[in-house]
Amino acid sequence: MAGTKKPKLAVWKFASCDGCQLTLLDCEDELLAITEAIEIAYFPEATRNVVEGPYDLSLVEGSITTEHDAQRIHEIRRNSKFLITIGACATTGGIQALRNLQNVDDFVRIVYAHPEYISTLETSTAISQHVKVDFELRGCPINKEQLLEVINAYLNKRKPNVSSHSVCMECKLRGTVCVMVTKKAPCLGPITHAGCKALCPAYNRGCFGCFGAKETPNVASISKWYAHLGVEQSEISRILNTFNAYPDCESKEEECER
Amino acid sequence: MKGKKKTIKVDYLARVEGEGALHIEVQDNKLQDVKLKIFEPPRFFEAFLRGRSYSEAPDITARICGICPVAYQMSAVHAMEQILEVKVEGSLRDLRRLLYCGEWIESHVLHIYMLHAPDFLGYQDAISMAKEYPEEVKRGLRLKKVGNEILKVLGGREIHPINVRVGGFYKVPTKRELEPLAEELKWARDAALQTVEWAAQLPIPDFQQNYEFVALRHKDEYPFNEGRLVSSQGLDIDIAHFNDHFVEQHVAYSNALHCIHKERGAYLVGPLARYSLNFATLPQEIQQVALQNNLQKTCCNPFQSIIVRGIEVLYACEEALRIISEYEPPQPMMDFKVQAGVGHGCTEAPRGICYHRYEIDDEGMIRDARIVPPTSQNQKMIEEDLRHFVAQYIDLPEKELTWRCEQAVRNYDPCISCATHFLKLHIKRS
Ligand code: SF4
Ligand code: SF4
Repeated sequence: MAGTKKPKLAVWKFASCDGCQLTLLDCEDELLAITEAIEIAYFPEATRNVVEGPYDLSLVEGSITTEHDAQRIHEIRRNSKFLITIGACATTGGIQALRNLQNVDDFVRIVYAHPEYISTLETSTAISQHVKVDFELRGCPINKEQLLEVINAYLNKRKPNVSSHSVCMECKLRGTVCVMVTKKAPCLGPITHAGCKALCPAYNRGCFGCFGAKETPNVASISKWYAHLGVEQSEISRILNTFNAYPDCESKEEECER
Repeated sequence: MKGKKKTIKVDYLARVEGEGALHIEVQDNKLQDVKLKIFEPPRFFEAFLRGRSYSEAPDITARICGICPVAYQMSAVHAMEQILEVKVEGSLRDLRRLLYCGEWIESHVLHIYMLHAPDFLGYQDAISMAKEYPEEVKRGLRLKKVGNEILKVLGGREIHPINVRVGGFYKVPTKRELEPLAEELKWARDAALQTVEWAAQLPIPDFQQNYEFVALRHKDEYPFNEGRLVSSQGLDIDIAHFNDHFVEQHVAYSNALHCIHKERGAYLVGPLARYSLNFATLPQEIQQVALQNNLQKTCCNPFQSIIVRGIEVLYACEEALRIISEYEPPQPMMDFKVQAGVGHGCTEAPRGICYHRYEIDDEGMIRDARIVPPTSQNQKMIEEDLRHFVAQYIDLPEKELTWRCEQAVRNYDPCISCATHFLKLHIKRS
């Protein structure tokens, strides 16, 4: 590797399940080629080796849930020329952001025999709430092709070709019949960010929103649809708050109606 | 006068899933202290499962771990099915085994080639190992992909499959959809055999431990989803009695609880335990392969786990081929009526048993959830291994000893993301 000047890649982890970084190791056909083009400088899940920063490209997985991590992300930002968040945890706070809807003090008091051993913040927040993020990849987990595309785009200094329409649109593109119409299955497809190629409807189930809200989601309208299908209000709010929290129904309604 | 003090510190363990550190103290050539520290922040899964529907448990708990999501999905659906009195049988049951085969292959091969083998051969990682072992690394990558292909066809995608539900699947594959898998699996079977042979000739440290093995045992198959919980010390219980025999301890230096046997302390789950307790249910040819490759019927050297994982990959390939060849598409799911109750699920994740317990109300809402992943069960044993290992190899130069200790931790393929999600457990009993 001496003498060559490959861009340095770092992969960082915050509160997460490791699934998004695993996606990189799941690129079985491309992995060795990627390492030809890029130097893996920091990626503890894959190597003991640590190359000092600064890093050209940082992939960040996971959300911020501790004071220490809230500091650490700033250090990483300072040390990274280009920073991409990978997955729902890093991009929206992820499933562990469900704590944001409840009183974390209660959680902690009940949870720990020795709360003094544990430090946790009240919320789980997205990386972009702490530092500037250059690009965000959605999904719980991210999609492998999209990951390869952003790395490729980075190497070739172009904009990644990652579409921002809805899962609903992807269904139409792949020719899947609508599960909301045929199966009366509540589906988040119309308000969910594309990227999975409308996987769930192709498996006869409604989208449960693992890619998170698309831009300007019409939450009010989809809630009406669900009510129409006979889905209860409590279930609607559960569906909208799992892997990514969707914008609040009421406040959105005003915006949409404008 | 104070004697010589040596501290082995690994601040961030590499090639494990999640965030952990290792701290070992030696004074006057005597071991003082061993700590496996887990600093991965807790994510409160059991807390937010409360108030969610029984039907959401498989998708939610999958997010505890991106490396073994199927294990969480399986333990969750089995626990719920116990409450709802559903029995998933025949080819629907076989499909679940097939999905598990995919996860075992993918996870074990990742560990063998990318996380563990570099230790034996003195490389920092598989990428640098690939320069001198290109064929082996390529074989590993292709083999791993076969596991992932199974997950993709049957589960929709490799990580956090979307097709598993309480009662069965959302959609079952046609025979034709499974056929291409069979082609790759035939290659994979040979590659798995080569993997076992390759692993067997790696320089394996001489080290034996006296383990209490704990695993599922099923009367006529190598266990994935079902069986009684047995141990090498005579434990033989229904999984519903897990809590009568095992208990967690909260230790100051770790964000994960240590699970121990109430009377006998540390125990071991995972490939070594499964293999040693279930050797008899492995097909005869695979037993032969094991015995020809430096294994006995019982394996007490944790460094040999790399060979045992190879044996389990071989088994998973055989089993997947059997299932595909006998496959007739079933109805995607069984009918049931929602009712209140308490249920237990315990299945064999690649790293060992993953135990779930749920209580749901008559509308199917979760009132209480408890999850014990494999790594929290092995944590105490990892420390015991290190204690003995360091005592035996105390004269090694510090740098090498440090690396060997890391390797000893990696014998377990520890999944630290799993181990920390579950602090909530403590809640219920305090
Ligand atoms: S976004 Fe989902 S898959 Fe990715 S790290 Fe978070 S929980 Fe895991
Ligand atoms: S359809 Fe929805 S829930 Fe399913 S994979 Fe795509 S974004 Fe995720």
